[in-house]
Amino acid sequence: MFQVRIHGRGGQGVVTAAELLSIAAFSEGRQSQAFPTFGSERTGAPVVAFCRIADLPIRSHEPISEPDALIVQDPTLLHQVDVFSGLGAEGYLIVNTGKSFDELGLAEYVERFAAARILTVPATELAREHLGRPVPNAALLGAFAALTGVVSLESVAAAIREKFAGETGERNVAAAQAAYDRAVQEATVA
Amino acid sequence: MRRQLEGSQAVAKAIALCRPEVICAYPISPQTHIVEALSDLVRSRELAPCEYLNVESEFAAMSAAIGASAAGARAYTATASQGLLYMAEALYNASGLGLPIVMTVANRAIGAPINIWNDHSDAMSQRDSGWIQLYAETNQEAVDLHIQAFELAEELSLPVMVCMDGFVLTHAYEPIDVPTQDQVDAFLAPYEPRQVLDPDEPVTIGAMVGPEAFTEVRYLMHAKQMEALDVIPEIASTFSQAFGRSSGGLVRRYRSSDAETIVVALGSVLGTIEDVVDELRDQGVKIGALGITCFRPYPIEEVRSALAGAQRVIVLEKAFAVGLGGIVGQNVRLALAGLPARVYDVVAGLGGRPITTRSLHALVADVLADRLEPDRLTFLDLDFELVARELQRTREHRRSGPHAENILRDVGAVAARPH
Amino acid sequence: MREQPIKFYQVGSFAAGNRLLDPAQRTVQARTERSNSLTSGHRACQGCGEALGARYVLDAAMRATDSRLIAVNATGCLEVFSTPYPESSWQLPWIHSLFGNAPAVATGVAAALKVKGRTDVRVVAQGGDGGTLDIGFACLSGLFERNDDVLYVCYDNEAYMNTGVQRSSATPPAARTATTKPVGDEAGNVFGQGKNGPLIAMAHEIPYVATATVAELHDLEQKVERAMELGGARYLHVFVPCPLGWGSASSATIEIARLAKETGLFPVFEAEHGEVVSVSKIRRRVPVEEYLRKQRRFAHLFGEPPRTDVIAQIQAIADRNVERFRLL
Repeated sequence: MFQVRIHGRGGQGVVTAAELLSIAAFSEGRQSQAFPTFGSERTGAPVVAFCRIADLPIRSHEPISEPDALIVQDPTLLHQVDVFSGLGAEGYLIVNTGKSFDELGLAEYVERFAAARILTVPATELAREHLGRPVPNAALLGAFAALTGVVSLESVAAAIREKFAGETGERNVAAAQAAYDRAVQEATVA
Repeated sequence: MRRQLEGSQAVAKAIALCRPEVICAYPISPQTHIVEALSDLVRSRELAPCEYLNVESEFAAMSAAIGASAAGARAYTATASQGLLYMAEALYNASGLGLPIVMTVANRAIGAPINIWNDHSDAMSQRDSGWIQLYAETNQEAVDLHIQAFELAEELSLPVMVCMDGFVLTHAYEPIDVPTQDQVDAFLAPYEPRQVLDPDEPVTIGAMVGPEAFTEVRYLMHAKQMEALDVIPEIASTFSQAFGRSSGGLVRRYRSSDAETIVVALGSVLGTIEDVVDELRDQGVKIGALGITCFRPYPIEEVRSALAGAQRVIVLEKAFAVGLGGIVGQNVRLALAGLPARVYDVVAGLGGRPITTRSLHALVADVLADRLEPDRLTFLDLDFELVARELQRTREHRRSGPHAENILRDVGAVAARPH
Repeated sequence: MREQPIKFYQVGSFAAGNRLLDPAQRTVQARTERSNSLTSGHRACQGCGEALGARYVLDAAMRATDSRLIAVNATGCLEVFSTPYPESSWQLPWIHSLFGNAPAVATGVAAALKVKGRTDVRVVAQGGDGGTLDIGFACLSGLFERNDDVLYVCYDNEAYMNTGVQRSSATPPAARTATTKPVGDEAGNVFGQGKNGPLIAMAHEIPYVATATVAELHDLEQKVERAMELGGARYLHVFVPCPLGWGSASSATIEIARLAKETGLFPVFEAEHGEVVSVSKIRRRVPVEEYLRKQRRFAHLFGEPPRTDVIAQIQAIADRNVERFRLL
């Protein structure tokens, strides 16, 4: 089972990100589950969403305390909420930021991870560029596909198109593609 | 068709397939996605003919459902928590009048303190309202139970509430096989009322009944619920043949036939429990689980026979009887009367606190090592120190303040008092 | 409203006998083919204004709908005296659910009829002042706002009668009830703003709002007929004296209802979409004292010394109504 935890703030599409990921996995014939923990509707409040992907039916609905991958959609949460809780040294980490891990003050923290498993992505900028709106979730999913290979970019794109019709869907796919390409390129360079 | 979708969306789709004629909608977290989806289905005419009523309260929702059902229409509504309480008077009215209304309860805690997250205190508070209570373990089962519920309600002329854990199931995306309209039409016939407001054959519904006959009328309700104990497995069986999967029924056993320890629970937590059972079985522990799908009427025989061989029974529940102990626990003890098993009442998950595999492993270990006392209510993951500090505050000051604020301040969720 | 000029043969009474009218103008009650929806044998008190009003309202509604009517009743006197176990005096489909939900239940019945395409069957909901203006108020407002196709009839006897005459929001100032006794300096019920059901209904801008009394039964029937010509939410507020609760003679019910109108205390009018469209003028104005003296619930105003100040305040209310609704 592969467990993903996504942190962000209300309005950034955190819950949708988890849902899209689960749909992508489902389309590949796998078992998947996505769910949020949140409070009353409120933009800007911290939000956590979860996604499990497995080959056997997923029975438990408990929150993911030991994620295999962590996506942080909003870097302002890094020093506010314990986003890293339970992430083991084998884990994947993606942070939405234009800065480096050093600049975020996480240099020491990320030393424990394999370099090939951590990534910063300027997802909000990519979103602004392709969508015209600062909603980073699609781009982050593209990066996730590149970094982990748990789902393919094609599946992510199909899931996006299923949820968002027409122009909106295409632009989100473009953002995901851009982040994917960027991640692949960085991996090749490294 | 098997699809990856949100529990609420799947339930809304299932309701629509049952061809409800009147839907009464009042929003409350976490049921909102269901009534929203149904609104879309009615507006797009995918669900037609159907009258969708935007009512002014949950009390109005159930009341309108009563009127609609009495006038011969298949009626549906959904609620949770505070909304369920607000319609409590109408719940008893619906069951007393014998109207086959189906309602989704997206289980949520009851305040004060206000809490929007999942537990079973809402449905449990209405367990004696005369409504049949079914608890879904998964979103697939939630879909299936609603379809079975209309059949069940109309067969017996009793209202049925289908309980599904709020947020945990309602807001979870999972693979769900949503039946086709043809499948549901073949399973569920159009509503044929036993009583109906009809100008051609006028009847008086809801007359006052005095001491001379009240007992008899109320007994009939009990008798119908007892009959449900036979009808529910029949419907589950018919459903299984028609749809090709097992859903519903009275109870569900999991690796319990040779188990020495059995964990009993309702709803989605059974998924986590089954994972824990598998892990412990791999370690050689003879443990199993029992899910109670139909809580009212209470399948006392089925519970007894499932638990009869166990030495230890752990009842894990998401509500409790204040000043007494476990609710499901009491019911389980009733089923085990005369049998030697030790019963442990464990309350967990109140107000949406996650029940983790880690906690469950620790709980089972405590039970097996006799570190837990049977016959005493255990609150899983209770922070005793937090409670002790608050009790100390109340002993020290008369004006100790609201408990919730004090505890939240202690936990750090609320800013410290300015000096 | 159809009108026919008639000549009075009976001195000292405003009651027009049916024999003086064209057959077409006679009340439903005068016809042998009336539905008798609320048939005899019910257990209402002698002289009950509500029983009289309900009988007229329902038979008129049945006639208007060719007997295709469903009635929804709130808990209260009408419900209790009409269904004394094991009997029922209702000869139409009738449902009683709870005290506060008659409007919502009616909403549900109307929705069911609509979805089944039964446009021929109509719905009447009825309740007392307590069930309508207090505990049922939210549901009533919801019905109005949605413009559900229901005629709601409030039988206003100005208190919770069935439970023993306790004060409701419809209880008039200075009235004695079990919870507003004239003890000490208190002169009975408070002088508040009141809660004017008809005006509130008008504020919802529903198609039809009307008030009526059991003193003018032709008028009452005609208003029911008018209401049944229309669709959407309609509200009829009927003034029904309660001999027991008011301490009045059971033979004086109609007279007291007439006095309520003639003093100006109970304006009789019709409104459509929030605007008054017709007013039933006062024929012979009387001072409120004539009305108050006939009811023991106001007896404390006529003690030694009499509460002329309170009576004057009540008179001021009547005066305001006369001016506001142009009752003269």
